[in-house]
Amino acid sequence: MKPVLEVTKLTMDFGGLRALDRLDLIVQEGEIVALIGPNGAGKTTFFNCITGIYPPTKGEMFVYPNEGHPVSLKGLKPNQVTEKGLARTFQNIRLFPNMTVLENVMIGRHCRTKSGIVGAVIKDKRTRAEERKIVEDSYTILEKIGLTRYVNEFAKNLPYGAQRRLEIARALSTEPFLLLLDEPAAGMNPQETKALDALILKIRSEEKISILLIEHDMKLVMSLSDRIFVVDYGKKIAQGTPKEIQNDPAVIKAYLGEDIDA
Amino acid sequence: MSFEQIKKSLLVSLWFMVLTFPIMVIRVNTIYHTVEWRWHRMFGVGISVFVLSFLWRYLMGRKEAGLKRKDRGEADILSRSQKLLHEPRFTRPAVIMAGAFIIAFPFIFSIYQTNIMITALIYVVTGLGLNIVVGLAGLLDLGYVAFYAVGAYSYALLNYHFGVGFWIALPIGGGIGMLFGILLGFPVLRLRGDYLAIVTLGFGEIIRLVLENWNAFSFGPSGIANIPRPGLFGVDFSLREATIYIYFLMIALALFTVFVVRRLQNSRIGRAWIALREDETACQAMGIDKTKTKLSAFAMGATWAGMAGVVFAAKTTFINPASFTIWESIIILCVVVLGGMGSAIGVIIGALVLILLPEYLRAFSEYRMLLFGAILVIMMVFRPGGVVSEVRQTYQFKGKGD
Amino acid sequence: MGYFLDLFLSGLTRGSIYALIALGYTMVYGIIQLINFAHGEIYMIGAFTALIVAGVLTIYGWNQMAIIFIASIVALLYSMGYGYTIEKIAYKPLRHAPRLSALISAIGMSLFLQNYVLLAQTSDFMLFPSLIPDFKFLTSFSHIARPSEFVIIISTAIVMVLLTFFIKFTKTGKAMRATAQDRQMAMLVGIDVNRVISITFIIGSATAALGGVLIASHIGQINFYMGFIAGIKAFVAAVLGGIGSMPGAVLGSLVLGWTESFFTGYVSSDYEDVFAFIFLVLILIFRPSGILGRSDTQKV
Ligand SMILES: Nc1ncnc2c1ncn2[C@@H]1O[C@H](COP(=O)(O)OP(=O)(O)O)[C@@H](O)[C@H]1O
Ligand SMILES: [Mg+2]
Repeated sequence: MKPVLEVTKLTMDFGGLRALDRLDLIVQEGEIVALIGPNGAGKTTFFNCITGIYPPTKGEMFVYPNEGHPVSLKGLKPNQVTEKGLARTFQNIRLFPNMTVLENVMIGRHCRTKSGIVGAVIKDKRTRAEERKIVEDSYTILEKIGLTRYVNEFAKNLPYGAQRRLEIARALSTEPFLLLLDEPAAGMNPQETKALDALILKIRSEEKISILLIEHDMKLVMSLSDRIFVVDYGKKIAQGTPKEIQNDPAVIKAYLGEDIDA
Repeated sequence: MSFEQIKKSLLVSLWFMVLTFPIMVIRVNTIYHTVEWRWHRMFGVGISVFVLSFLWRYLMGRKEAGLKRKDRGEADILSRSQKLLHEPRFTRPAVIMAGAFIIAFPFIFSIYQTNIMITALIYVVTGLGLNIVVGLAGLLDLGYVAFYAVGAYSYALLNYHFGVGFWIALPIGGGIGMLFGILLGFPVLRLRGDYLAIVTLGFGEIIRLVLENWNAFSFGPSGIANIPRPGLFGVDFSLREATIYIYFLMIALALFTVFVVRRLQNSRIGRAWIALREDETACQAMGIDKTKTKLSAFAMGATWAGMAGVVFAAKTTFINPASFTIWESIIILCVVVLGGMGSAIGVIIGALVLILLPEYLRAFSEYRMLLFGAILVIMMVFRPGGVVSEVRQTYQFKGKGD
Repeated sequence: MGYFLDLFLSGLTRGSIYALIALGYTMVYGIIQLINFAHGEIYMIGAFTALIVAGVLTIYGWNQMAIIFIASIVALLYSMGYGYTIEKIAYKPLRHAPRLSALISAIGMSLFLQNYVLLAQTSDFMLFPSLIPDFKFLTSFSHIARPSEFVIIISTAIVMVLLTFFIKFTKTGKAMRATAQDRQMAMLVGIDVNRVISITFIIGSATAALGGVLIASHIGQINFYMGFIAGIKAFVAAVLGGIGSMPGAVLGSLVLGWTESFFTGYVSSDYEDVFAFIFLVLILIFRPSGILGRSDTQKV
């Protein structure tokens, strides 16, 4: 086993508020790892730090691409992080509402393609070929995620659950080796959640992508994850297999009031 | 029309009668110490506000109904006019007729009319250029006219000093426009959207003020005269012929612009522009370099302004800084907003309506800027997408789909 | 030294006027994150209203103190009315729209109001009566500065103090601060956010109008365009101080007033406006959060 993401002592301060406090986290190749914790614990902030949206106050972040050397994520811009092979979804859906579903996925292909303004205007052979490939690849991803029936719809007109899946499709089209999902099941009904469970497993097995997910739905977390990290007030309070976490007194204490029994 | 509504409208019109009272009704002459009371205006305000408040409420109601439809997940219903625009049975003859009219125009109408049409076409081209920046990339550029000025002065000065002709100046003007776009864009494009508006406005004014004050370079407020009209292999044109020539040249430039914008819109770069407009954070997280993408949109827009500026200088044969005020930028913005941000046909319609209407309806021309202001507000409140909404390319997949 | 003091005082006067306008920008921005382009027009409308009222009363032979008082009060009231109405028409319907839309609407409003005054009144400069009386106790300082300069500086200082008290200690002031920090949360704890926004516009308009009346009687002439450049400069000042921060707006205004004054006094007056714009561009590029502003990371 080799790690794909290794974060050590990650700290993030917002003014006086310490949202992340010396957090360590490792994701191994092919793993599904869950990051859980009460609201405001700093989970989304963790994603934002590794994806280059916030500059962390302290700490090291390394990714290990399939080939080549380890890469430090420090100081990279969000688009550079994506180019390195990390892709994410957002807790509060952030699609491109006035673009079609297919176009949303096509945007993900941007960093893996090259044609520029001149190519766009003269439409030479290379550009046309590339454009055709973008469309085909994007459609293939929609097929995998099961969104083909919406292909030409505006993203804003999709039902909620489909929007969440489209976020995943869009992230996949950037060809990541690590996928970061921020509360993918939020707002989904039980059937949709079940389908999501299957989808995430399929992504891991078919695409060989490791997954780090933030989720509140404990049933989903327990059934999917190989390992779980629990954070509270920016600190890691526990880590381990779903079994271990379920019986950890610190976790139960942190969740007092929130239902973990499910 | 319920009693409740009438009461509400009465109150609103009363409020506006009071509010506009000093400025609308009273007119003092501070030198001769006379005062003029224009009471009739008060009634004018009262009656028009009364009527408008009904219209306002009606439009608000429609807008809210539309939003509710969207909340229920129903797709936007394309309006009838929108559908017509995409119905080949209708569009083909319309295009042919419009084409015939456009070709015949300068031969049927006077030079004066042709000149107005040329002006409108210049707005079509600058509108389409600004549309790339504002409509597609979502960057509010209030200094767009600066690049137009750069193009115009490039031609005027290159011609004055080195005798450079129109056809060589046209691409050079576009190139210098692009260069300025990149130079100015580089530092400011990192800024948040609303700051960008103010900074570009600032840049626009800086360029105008420099042109006004730097006499040695730009001949100051008196401007540059005797700029030659475009030539054609040394043929000498009469004024009428030259005007017709510029007219067709503008038609060609407009068509070329439409062609380029359309191709860009559905290209890799164009999609990146739109994604940037839709959600900057998500766009970056999808691997798109924000600065580079913004800069390319900014530079493309500036290129078109530069070229339009060259034509403008050639058309008027005289330019001075007064032609390049912030209001010019705002008129172009108005063209884009009215026509439909992101839609090429919309921008063409916007330019023709906004430029031709005030020319032909003299009564309008006095109220031109007032109307433009009102149009900006009303469009944003009721139809932020413009009269023609953006339509995205659809893709068919044979034998696939579920 | 005398020249330096002159420039210092005229810079302070300028800065005070900018501050009166900049406060409105900053307060509105703090609460709804909108650059209210039409704000400069409120300042202009305030000056016009005062001129009209003062003109009429002069013709009817009222005494000067009464004229000053009534004209200023009416100007303030009307500006408040305009501020309130503008918000209801051009911004409230766009509360949930993209920021670009609200910004374009604001530009439209500014254009509309300028042309409204141009068409209803005049495009020429109008002479403005000197509303500021030659206070006895100030004339003894007249070798340093004109009485109107003192009046401007002192009134600005008074407004600042009052406003600070209002924001810090009144219930409405607290509601305004709460709304500025987190509108959603403010709504949840029962603050009427629409009312708070209206009040913000009204207060901002009143201070801008006061600035309009003061500067008009200081300079002695007004026209429909006066609000545009002044508005932009006040915005520069607000950004310089850190947009959203009220002490920042005042500080930024004074800094801008002084730098402008010294620049025109010692370097060149041709490029006065260019200078303000270059200043703006430089601040935004090198310190977009301003002197007193917090650098905010947008929540994702
Ligand atoms: N941009 C920001 N500025 C200030 N505070 C922030 C910012 N983003 C997050 N926070 C704070 O950091 C803490 C963690 O938030 P978050 O990471 O969103 O929690 P969650 O675990 O629910 O995803 C919260 O207290 C939140 O208010
Ligand atoms: Mg979260």
